Amino acid sequence: MGIFDFLKKKKDHESKAIQEKQSSPEANLESGLEKTKESIFGKLGKAIIGKTNVDSSFLDELEEILITSDVGVETTIKIIDRFEARVKRDKYLKADELNTFLKEEITAILDENKSPHFIDFSLAGAAKPYVILVVGVNGVGKTTTIGKLAYNFAQHGKKVVLGAADTFRAAAVDQLEIWSQRTGAIFISKGMNTDPAAVAYEATVAGVDQEADVIIIDTAGRLHNKVNLMNELGKIKRVIQKKIPEAPQEVVLVLDASTGQNAFEQAKQFTAATEVNTLALTKLDGTAKGGVVIGISDQFKIPVKYIGVGERKEDLQLFDAAQYVSTLFNA
Amino acid sequence: MFDSLSKRLEGAFKTLKGQGRISEINVAETVKEIRRALLDADVNYKIAKTFTDKVKEEALGQNVLTSVSPGQLFTKIVNDELTQLLGGETEGLKLSGNPSVILIAGLQGSGKTTFSGKLANHFKSKGQKPLLAACDVYRPAAINQLQVLGEQIGVDVYAEIENKNPVEIAKKAIAEAKRLGNPIVIVDTAGRLSIDQAMMDEIAAVKTAIQPNEILLVVDAMTGQDAVTTAENFNNVLDITGVVLSKLDGDTRGGAALSIKSVVQRPIKFVSHGEKMEALDVFHPDRMASRILGMGDIVSLVEKAQDNFDEVEAARLRKKMAKNKFDLDDFLNQLQQIKKMGNIKDLMGMIPGVGNKIKDLDVDNESFKGIEAIIQSMTMQERTNPELLNGNRKSRVAKGSGSSVQDVNKLLKQFQDMRKMMKAMNKMNMGKMMGGNK
Repeated sequence: MGIFDFLKKKKDHESKAIQEKQSSPEANLESGLEKTKESIFGKLGKAIIGKTNVDSSFLDELEEILITSDVGVETTIKIIDRFEARVKRDKYLKADELNTFLKEEITAILDENKSPHFIDFSLAGAAKPYVILVVGVNGVGKTTTIGKLAYNFAQHGKKVVLGAADTFRAAAVDQLEIWSQRTGAIFISKGMNTDPAAVAYEATVAGVDQEADVIIIDTAGRLHNKVNLMNELGKIKRVIQKKIPEAPQEVVLVLDASTGQNAFEQAKQFTAATEVNTLALTKLDGTAKGGVVIGISDQFKIPVKYIGVGERKEDLQLFDAAQYVSTLFNA
Repeated sequence: MFDSLSKRLEGAFKTLKGQGRISEINVAETVKEIRRALLDADVNYKIAKTFTDKVKEEALGQNVLTSVSPGQLFTKIVNDELTQLLGGETEGLKLSGNPSVILIAGLQGSGKTTFSGKLANHFKSKGQKPLLAACDVYRPAAINQLQVLGEQIGVDVYAEIENKNPVEIAKKAIAEAKRLGNPIVIVDTAGRLSIDQAMMDEIAAVKTAIQPNEILLVVDAMTGQDAVTTAENFNNVLDITGVVLSKLDGDTRGGAALSIKSVVQRPIKFVSHGEKMEALDVFHPDRMASRILGMGDIVSLVEKAQDNFDEVEAARLRKKMAKNKFDLDDFLNQLQQIKKMGNIKDLMGMIPGVGNKIKDLDVDNESFKGIEAIIQSMTMQERTNPELLNGNRKSRVAKGSGSSVQDVNKLLKQFQDMRKMMKAMNKMNMGKMMGGNK
């Protein structure tokens, strides 16, 4: 019995030491830090300790994290495949390296579709006026995103026109008008229940006449399975092109980070109706991760450009794939 | 990936079809498919796992005892488990106060204000006179939005444009309801993130101040994995009494419903779809489960029809049909009745077996417009007696309705076919037809 006793004692002693250590102030800080690190990479690190290759419990863990971030089954499988291929190719030594591989592979998927002529708020090299058409289903935050876009452009000294083509939802025009006052943008509206295409046209004309730098058109939220409303978007686009043939330079589909796999269907239908070329991911300040954009960005070859992180006018950022992937795994 | 949950499950069952018995091997494949289908429908990861494990257990247990086709058996097991997960029986609102107070909470953009309007309209149509309280003091024009809706449905809205204190507004709204004799107050609040401590404290304060009879959490049916977190957080702070599933239109899969129900153990009390103020339904777990499974929701359809169909008018039509005197004016009336029931595509989706087939079809209420215009361009005489329509009259009708003579001819042809069909149906024994199915 002696030898077992000895082992047991040693264990007890060790755990005591750990307890003592944890109660000291430095240890508290340390464990606090550890807690933030006890994210996926922490968990993943544990899963591979002492193993010569990536095993199924590690992959299960990875699968759970990706699925619960709304990445979706298909894209999760793709990420895991890419990851496994990479692990096979580049031998790794430590858990850290595995983490880096994983981050790099997901970031690569997101960055693959980034346009080489990325136009930020300074609008360097952009057409003038630069026309942005904003579309999406109900309640994703289109109008708020537009308000924040207007603010950011204004901060860069740009002249902004806002077109209130959401003439349907109660008080939507008022909401946009308040944003125009906050940001000093020129506001074009024909009131509620008017023809949205007519509003879009007038906003375009006003933008050209007043030599604005940016024209942003708000549209009514529409569920993507309502055919007539989707056709209306096509019409809005056509009337803008009557005045500026190469516009709209940006068609932004706004996606709510808390939306699940239905976002795929949204992307599909909106792309079919208006050739969406930009994604905005809103409400990332909540608990949802919006992982569905990885799959959408990949499958539809549309880059994510903007992210919304709050309700204030400053709460809009340009998307940074590497940073996003980090937060995805820092739960 | 784009397939709806029911379609995926149908696919999963197909792999079982033609196989005599449920074995470990074919169950594994089907269960995997079901799990994937659930995940694609945004059912929470853990819940999907537990659910499929349970289904598998049930299925294997029954294997020895039964000789029913595996597909049928699986459908039944999955349906039963789904129904159970969605929460046994239907639960209505418990309203007992004077006035009864309903507090509405949820994330930004989940559809709180629209739902508040619909709920007010729901009470109004039952003869009660609710009062709406506008407590979203943050989002630009939110109060305005509620006022516009209130005006639309003819319900009073209590609002204080200058007041930025939702607790005060809610309290005053209730006092106002007492004064005016409104039996119900619906308190619309601002959207908030469940991790925004200040905002969660605020709504908790509103709750304490007004002691609502019902606290309803509005959740977007399109919500993904986060539905569980949000529902849990809101429930922890507010101890909600029920959940409202909004935007349950068309292809929305509604997996969030399953997740929320099983995590917070609170009933889903309403489902809301579309922006029409009438588009609100009481939640029926059993129907939702069979809808998910693609078994159709014929009971909802019948109830919808009963709500909206004019009995007298229906009796008159039946008589006319029996005498084969159904005319174009009756046809027009019928179209308008159907439109009152809501979106055609939604209605068709409720018919068993039709659900998946119309997914990509372009039917909606707008497609009736052309037909209506043509009939409306006819004189009453022409409508009762379409044979009157000669070339001259047809071109006048076409002009009047903005269509072509071909369109008019097409409609007339369809109408004649319909009449023929009715004639044939009258000759058949209706009773035999209805009974013959079972």
